[in-house]
Amino acid sequence: MDLVFKALADPTRRRLLDALRVESGQTLGELCGGLDMTRQAVTQHLGRLEEANLVATLRRGREKLHYLNPVPIHEIYVRWIAGYERGALEALADLKRRAEGGEHG
Amino acid sequence: MDKPVFVYVTYIASTPEKVWRALVEPEVTVEYWRLVNVSDWKPGSRWEHREGGPQGALRLVGKVVESAPPRRLVITWAFPADEERETKQTRVTFEIEPLGEVVRLTVTHDRLEAGSKMLEGITNGWPKVLSSLKSYLEVGRALPPLW
Repeated sequence: MDLVFKALADPTRRRLLDALRVESGQTLGELCGGLDMTRQAVTQHLGRLEEANLVATLRRGREKLHYLNPVPIHEIYVRWIAGYERGALEALADLKRRAEGGEHG
Repeated sequence: MDKPVFVYVTYIASTPEKVWRALVEPEVTVEYWRLVNVSDWKPGSRWEHREGGPQGALRLVGKVVESAPPRRLVITWAFPADEERETKQTRVTFEIEPLGEVVRLTVTHDRLEAGSKMLEGITNGWPKVLSSLKSYLEVGRALPPLW
């Protein structure tokens, strides 16, 4: 779980996860397209996300495709959020999203 | 654009044999999934996903495509109403790899239709099912029902 929090503590890595949320199964080249960074830096960030099991990869020929793997985040969710709180929290999150115009943190 | 593909990975402190049993034996699946998977798990056989037990309401059906216990299982996956419709058959691949003390379980769900009810259901479902499976095998306790 430490690896998950460390991986999520970086804004670039959160942006990479956002990009995979929008379109899963992207190559390194596609992911670099949306970021003003060197390929090497993006590769390192993806490595951290993979170590934390937040990104899963599949090989397609010579290409490596990256997929958002939400399972570890779900484990965090169930660890700290009890069943009865869920409805109220979702309503609050929805209110915040509307009030802030859908900005990411 | 290619059809959407989802890949879910979880690391479980268990053995490939236990993870395999947890996928294919109704008395184990019911413990953490609430639904059961029923089949003889031979290639070409039908499998069924039923609510609560082998006599429960039918939720999903498909065919066993590949079965190599305890490492690899490939099945088709569709709503019962779509069983005979070729274009509505989605595919699920389970890969179970031992890595020292843990097992990596990879679930790949493909041949999904963008915007379909199936896609919505599975993206909501798999993280819950896999977290519950991990908890069941590691702690002996499934997660409380979330779906």
